[in-house]
Amino acid sequence: MEYLSLFVKSIFIDNMIFAYFLGMCSYLAVSKSVKTATGLGIAVIFVLLVTLPINYLLNEHVLKAGALAWAGLPDVDLSFLSFIIFIAVVAAITQIVEMVVEKFTPTLYSQLGIFLPLIAVNCAILGGSLFMQERDFVNVGEATVYALGSGIGWFLAIVTLAAIREKMAYSNVPDALKGLGITFITVGLMAISFMTFMGIQL
Amino acid sequence: MKDINFKEVLLKPIFKGNPVTVLVLGICSSLAVTVQLKGAFVMALSVIVVTGLSSFVVSIIRNSIPNRIRIIVQLVVVALMVILVDQFLKAYSYSISKTLSVYVGLIITNCIVMGRIEAYALGNKPIPSLLDGLANGAGYGLILIVLAFFRELLGSGTLFGYRIIPQSFYDAGYMDNGLVILPPMALILLGLIVWIQRSIQKDLQEK
Repeated sequence: MEYLSLFVKSIFIDNMIFAYFLGMCSYLAVSKSVKTATGLGIAVIFVLLVTLPINYLLNEHVLKAGALAWAGLPDVDLSFLSFIIFIAVVAAITQIVEMVVEKFTPTLYSQLGIFLPLIAVNCAILGGSLFMQERDFVNVGEATVYALGSGIGWFLAIVTLAAIREKMAYSNVPDALKGLGITFITVGLMAISFMTFMGIQL
Repeated sequence: MKDINFKEVLLKPIFKGNPVTVLVLGICSSLAVTVQLKGAFVMALSVIVVTGLSSFVVSIIRNSIPNRIRIIVQLVVVALMVILVDQFLKAYSYSISKTLSVYVGLIITNCIVMGRIEAYALGNKPIPSLLDGLANGAGYGLILIVLAFFRELLGSGTLFGYRIIPQSFYDAGYMDNGLVILPPMALILLGLIVWIQRSIQKDLQEK
């Protein structure tokens, strides 16, 4: 049950976009059509799902204060290195994922292709790892569920925004508000609607 | 190399080519840390330091970075700068470093830093790159501070933690706007800032 509530919570209540604004840059840039948005969303879920457990294990067994006890170094605290390790893992994994996908599923690659390198600098991925570190999950299972949940939350957010923006092409927006301005306001309104989930206790 | 107009390098990113409202870079952190002016101020300073220094460093080593792995090299440089800033904050203002939580770490993936390195520092000499980084950081900081000013003033009636709206207003029935503190309003306020800026500078409007 705990897994289920963590899963639902990370999709709706702690939504990466609407509660923490993570991954906003690519969120705004790639949400012009539903098709590309879906591609990027899937890629984000995938990379989160791979990097978060790895970073969790690294954090537990290498970086945390006292985590190196197994190597005979109980006094070493490497947590100041966590940023650089996490981002290196994210960058390396995206590179590997890109190569693997290219090798084995060329069709998927042609769909995700351009988005994969973008993901290395997507705040949602690094943010996931940093939140994981802050929240002290008890085991790697929780970290994985959290990764899946927040990835799906991000996916939902970008696909819905893309759908709204496609429809919005037919509406009459003031000139100065066109493009970026109205997108911000739309996202704001979507975030307000997502806040209805906040009262739910899990 | 041709002369570089330092004034242009410094001033353009602050208003006309503002990284947040014109180039759409670095939105992530700009919204989450703007509930209070103090946090926004510290965040702005941190970003200025990180963009400036990492542009500078990348520009120094730009000719020896192999093109294929440049993203990773840049990320490592940026991550180093962010670690410095983070450790500094933890040492000298622990409470602020707690409120900013993960967002200091997220400066690494802040697109402004990477964007300026890719677009400017890789092709220019160290000193102009340093200035470009600083100016872009400042443009970003400006937006943060404007947002935080309105959010703190309307949301809690304070600025930097000091009460601005007098008690007599509250006695007369004035209430703080709780909505402004919540995340969605940050987006809407930013939308309004974009609206105002584009109404003034018509050439930025999208067709």
